[in-house]
Amino acid sequence: MSLLFFLYFACVIVVTSVLVVALRNPVYSALALLIMFFHVAGLYVTLHAEFLAAVQIIVYAGAILVLYLFVVMLLNVKRDERYHVQAPAAAFLGLVLFTEIVLLAFQRTYQTGAAGPPEVESAGNTETIGEVLYSTYLFPFEIASLILLVAMIGAIILAKKTLAEPRQP
Amino acid sequence: MSGTELLIEYLTRYFPILLFIVIALAFGVVTLVISYLVQPKYPEAEKLSAYECGSEPFSDARMPFPVRYYIFAMLFVIFDIEVIFLYPWAVTFYKIGFVGLVEMLIFIALFLVAYVYAWKKGALEWD
Repeated sequence: MSLLFFLYFACVIVVTSVLVVALRNPVYSALALLIMFFHVAGLYVTLHAEFLAAVQIIVYAGAILVLYLFVVMLLNVKRDERYHVQAPAAAFLGLVLFTEIVLLAFQRTYQTGAAGPPEVESAGNTETIGEVLYSTYLFPFEIASLILLVAMIGAIILAKKTLAEPRQP
Repeated sequence: MSGTELLIEYLTRYFPILLFIVIALAFGVVTLVISYLVQPKYPEAEKLSAYECGSEPFSDARMPFPVRYYIFAMLFVIFDIEVIFLYPWAVTFYKIGFVGLVEMLIFIALFLVAYVYAWKKGALEWD
């Protein structure tokens, strides 16, 4: 029965992912991406990764997608201006990857059922992450803050040139 | 847990979220359908043109936006990620105790540096 949920989420993810590259209007592509993000979050919930699902919605659907939309608007991507010469190369690479996945799926046997990360029954997912993150992985956590600081300074410096320019009348 | 038990647990735990999604979808769809069914239809060229608060539409909406919007989005993403780190910290606050508080203070201090930098550089100003 939980397979039903997986199949629903997986099908929607595949369909919307295809739509992201297939739709002619880039804004529609971004909206398809939004639906995909939400369904990936649903997939995380079925895997007992509730915190990851929340991150998926807050960061990806809430923030990253806005960035994508702004890039689309910034670069003024018109419809029908895509699908250039890279289409055959992309098709070839896609075929190679697809063949690889099919070969892997049929040649190896995977353990089903109890596989995957061990579930923590007593505490919630977020609590477990918090306990580990703020004790064992303390240093990477502080480094993350530093990396974000660098990212922010980089973004401001990259855009500073445009900011300093006088506004067009 | 067996599959069925897990499913029942999920449904009870996530039923409010499911309800929210269904209500949100239904609100949009039902509003559109009802207004489509009820509205009188007298199409005219002037009526069907884009409504721009009374002024004449002069160009396509797909024009390049200023890069300022992008900076705000970028800053939003970075502070959004900071908030993400605050959630597990808040949940485990009593368990990690004073050390956790100091860790988070260092973390937030670095973000404060970024914030002051953005402020000083005028990234938060519109003009």
